[in-house]
Amino acid sequence: MPVQVRGEVLGVRRAGQYHVLTLTAPGIPELTRPGHFVGISVGGEGTGMILRRSFSIHKVADRGPYGGTLDIAFAVHGKGTAWMAGLDRHDSVDIVGPLGRPFALPREPVGCVLVAGGYGSAPMFMLAEQLRERGCRVDFVLGASTEDKLFGVLDAKRMASTLTVTTEDGSLGEKGRVTDVLPEIIERLGSSVVYACGPMGMLAAVADTAAAHGAYSQCAVEEAMACGIGVCMTCVLPVIGDDGVTRMLRSCIDGPVFRGDRVRWADVGTVPADTWGAPAGGH
Amino acid sequence: MTAVIGYGPVGGEPGEPRIDMKTWIGDWVLPSPVMTASGCSANGKELDAFFDLTRIGAVVTKSVMLAPRSGRATPRMAETPSGMLNSIGLQGPGIESFVENDLPWLRERGVRAVVSIAGGSVEEYGKLAQVLRYCEEISAVEVNISCPNVADRGQVFACDAKLAADVVSNVRRIIPSEIPVIAKLSPDVTDIVGIAYSVVKAGATALSLINTTLGMVIDTETLRPALAGVTGGLSGPAIRPIAVRCVWQVHEALPDIPIIGIGGIGSGLDALQFILAGASAVQVGTMTFNDPSAPQRVHIELARALAERGFGRFTDAIGYAHRPHEEPLSDFVADAWAEDDRAGEGADPARPLSSGAAG
Repeated sequence: MPVQVRGEVLGVRRAGQYHVLTLTAPGIPELTRPGHFVGISVGGEGTGMILRRSFSIHKVADRGPYGGTLDIAFAVHGKGTAWMAGLDRHDSVDIVGPLGRPFALPREPVGCVLVAGGYGSAPMFMLAEQLRERGCRVDFVLGASTEDKLFGVLDAKRMASTLTVTTEDGSLGEKGRVTDVLPEIIERLGSSVVYACGPMGMLAAVADTAAAHGAYSQCAVEEAMACGIGVCMTCVLPVIGDDGVTRMLRSCIDGPVFRGDRVRWADVGTVPADTWGAPAGGH
Repeated sequence: MTAVIGYGPVGGEPGEPRIDMKTWIGDWVLPSPVMTASGCSANGKELDAFFDLTRIGAVVTKSVMLAPRSGRATPRMAETPSGMLNSIGLQGPGIESFVENDLPWLRERGVRAVVSIAGGSVEEYGKLAQVLRYCEEISAVEVNISCPNVADRGQVFACDAKLAADVVSNVRRIIPSEIPVIAKLSPDVTDIVGIAYSVVKAGATALSLINTTLGMVIDTETLRPALAGVTGGLSGPAIRPIAVRCVWQVHEALPDIPIIGIGGIGSGLDALQFILAGASAVQVGTMTFNDPSAPQRVHIELARALAERGFGRFTDAIGYAHRPHEEPLSDFVADAWAEDDRAGEGADPARPLSSGAAG
């Protein structure tokens, strides 16, 4: 169950193109599992920005000098994230979390490849730690358009058996995309599970690649959300259920982590005609 | 300075002002005038983590139709200044699944449920009412008439006095008379009072004012409408003055009809504006996205705001802004103060309201 708490800013630091915000968040770190996210209200008192911003939880420390703390990574995209980047130590922030359905962890100590695009890697380091604790082999693939848009390269190097970096302009690692290197990695290491977080197009390609090479995939999607808690119905995407029926599921409460083979990636943004409750002529 | 009424059990938790927050929608008595708004609280479960749903007046469930609905494509939402635009397309499970899976949960929790229904034809509303008439756990039915009429080239029921009345009378004759039928009106009309008259004549117990107002955002990067559905309903504090105006106008014309005020309510003082304009209750909608515990907080803040202004009973504040300036406030709330005296604690009749109206 999520909680709503007032957190205190402990710091905002730059991490390349991104910012990392560290907050106290009483009650949330203890409940957090990799893939969970938080909703942060932005703009302060009297703001015209009424919608919370959702961010996957990057790191948690469930005890320390400030009690439990959590880190979130973000890019400044608009006014809300610009406000967050300007937060000062001791500022108060309203936080709701942990939200969503986290990554499912394998019962057996199997090989796992963690694939992320840009700062989609934010939740992957917590995941890597927990997989390693279970005896799973962890290999990282981090991709971005350019070197400065990668996030957490050093952390990945420290935690993983291998790290492969791809950039579209070749500024670091291999020139190309994560899916250019992924098949070889899965085949060579016999990986059983691929975990992915990043832009929708990347997730679609990773899910297909994993399936084609006999691996399960767990994908954390990024969808625009108004509420983050399951009441507004804005963050939906077509997902196939156990019964084979496609439904428009909420990424905030049924996700953000979905089985890669269940999301109808090519149809994201649409309502496929065979969706449960889809009308003949559109709503 | 503000009048102190004392603190005790009537308002609820310790620290809440001892104000009688009871209100009425027809014969239905609610312990709190604050409800969730349809479409902003799903069917209750999701908000259960954030506050005790039994402590507010009611949960208004998401408008349900006869058949399951997938809703529209995404993007379904765009943030706007002090508001948001949505175009969901009434995604939902359909009435059968709703009655089987969602209503029982609300009943088991003891949550008062107002069921919002939506249809594409007068007959569909009737069929929905047929299903609901046998559901004992319903406190009221809210009729969402801001839907296109399939039979009439998508003319919205709420925008046509006769169509709106047809829908309401069809529901009213099926739903047992002790259960309030609330018509939720759209602000997108030239004469909201005319529509209000029409649906009240058709048997509406009460009116919910207002639904979203139609809006549009164009994405200047893609050079296309921001929503897949092109247009969407604008909600949030941006539309609050429109909503308060609608409540004011309708209350002035129909002072005996209970009104539920809706439109960007996120605080007790926001709610108070609606009450003073003539609302007997309020619904907290879009601001629940900002603060999932907003409905409960609005209740507490409203009680406090009423206490600070010298009201002993919530109902004394309904329509108060319509009263002439010269009418002394102290006479108006005398009954409530007398009750407080009988209760024998905390009341300060020497300074009933004095400067309390300064908020």
